[in-house]
Amino acid sequence: MSPARAYATARRVLTQLRHDPRTVALMLVVPCALLALLRGVLSQQQFDATSPIMLGIFPFVTLFVVTSVATLRERTSGTLERLLTTRMGKADLLAGYALAFGLTGTVQSGLASALTLGVLRSSVPGHAVLLVLLAVLDALLGMALGLLVSAFSATEFQAVQFMPALVLPQVLLCGLFAPRSGMTAGLRWLSDVLPLSYAADGLQRLATSQPVGHDVVADLLIVTGSVVAALCLAASTLRRQTR
Amino acid sequence: MDPLVSTAMPASTLAGPAVSGRAVTVVRGGRVILDHIDVSVPSGQVYGLLGPSGSGKTTLIRALVGVQRYAGHLDVLGHPAGARQLRGRIGYVSQAPSVYVDLTVAQNLRYFADVSAIPRSRVETVLAHVGLSERSGSLVGRLSGGEQTRVSLAAALLGEPRLLVLDEPTVGLDPLLRRDLWARFAELAAGGTTLVISSHVMDEAERCDQLLLLRQGQVLVAGVSPAELRRRTGAESVEAAFVGLVEQASATGEPRP
Repeated sequence: MSPARAYATARRVLTQLRHDPRTVALMLVVPCALLALLRGVLSQQQFDATSPIMLGIFPFVTLFVVTSVATLRERTSGTLERLLTTRMGKADLLAGYALAFGLTGTVQSGLASALTLGVLRSSVPGHAVLLVLLAVLDALLGMALGLLVSAFSATEFQAVQFMPALVLPQVLLCGLFAPRSGMTAGLRWLSDVLPLSYAADGLQRLATSQPVGHDVVADLLIVTGSVVAALCLAASTLRRQTR
Repeated sequence: MDPLVSTAMPASTLAGPAVSGRAVTVVRGGRVILDHIDVSVPSGQVYGLLGPSGSGKTTLIRALVGVQRYAGHLDVLGHPAGARQLRGRIGYVSQAPSVYVDLTVAQNLRYFADVSAIPRSRVETVLAHVGLSERSGSLVGRLSGGEQTRVSLAAALLGEPRLLVLDEPTVGLDPLLRRDLWARFAELAAGGTTLVISSHVMDEAERCDQLLLLRQGQVLVAGVSPAELRRRTGAESVEAAFVGLVEQASATGEPRP
């Protein structure tokens, strides 16, 4: 692992984003616009209950799509092959991606959180910083899963189709639409093995102003562990040699 | 052999072959892509891999640079192809440009320099080498195909590699540019760099020091100069020689003459 190579890669990814201002604008503006829309269609009470989870879902979805397409391009354009003939390690490359997209996720979550907590909600929860941190972890989770599915996509069409296939079930089962406690045993089990469920649990707990308990720490650890596991799986799909 | 002559020779020619392969075989999905290829590339020469598309040129090149698994023996710069020690020591220009179209020329080269711990001052030098100094601030996606190929070549030249492997680098380039690139390849070889260049354009074979003719994953003829090939086959051009060899191989059912 070389910090210099990881840093160079993060800079390169961010420079690529800088050359694509439309994508950056969409990434930053759309979540805020959707949150405002949500505030419009829900009552204040309903919005206060669902908005913390939405703060985690936006970076998760956005970073999943951006990373899967960006990594697929890297694989199909031949730049990945070029990089893997250099001394670039897989860990350097993944760390570079994580750094760049983690930063992007932080900016996105920061903006969406500022709007939600500062303007749209009736009250500011006591743990705003932890809330944003968990939203950033969601961004990293989306990124790691995006890296992983890029290995199973031959085209950008396929990569984008993994969004409804892998992301939407997690959104449906995370407790946003119906509380996890009320699910049938089978659905509950499915919900329990999906990482976004823990992110949603944690975000909901952090939105109340009770002291941070063991359960929130456990949620944070489970989401972090899922990010690491998905990154390790993604690393195993970066092959230096083809058969 | 006169010892005075041998000491006067460049170090690269004393170092033994840059590439030496025995029975290199690649089977993919039950199809034999490379069938027991024997190859020896002398150091400091321009070595041409010639053959029609689908003959296995790209697979052989990918095996050389370490991204394709193979059976048999393939030594590159004294290490088995794909060995960790070879990473960053071979300049590789794949058929597609393999550069970031959403970065400028200079940003691409600075990144490839950074990840290989090459001083950024090399960027200017390699850009001048490929005649792209004026375009360093342009987005690669806005360049012509030929210019993109040269950006890719510049990236491969950054680390001053002893071995440069190029997969059809002149495809789609205009004749003037092709001539300039081949002149650049000759200069690099004169400076001690070994170049392995694939092409399906037979007239480019004339510019190589040695040739390997590949057909359907098998070696038709290896390690001959264009002049020797013409003399051996009595053909007027490498193209005619190739056609003659293919017909002869089909007639006898024996691919090796």
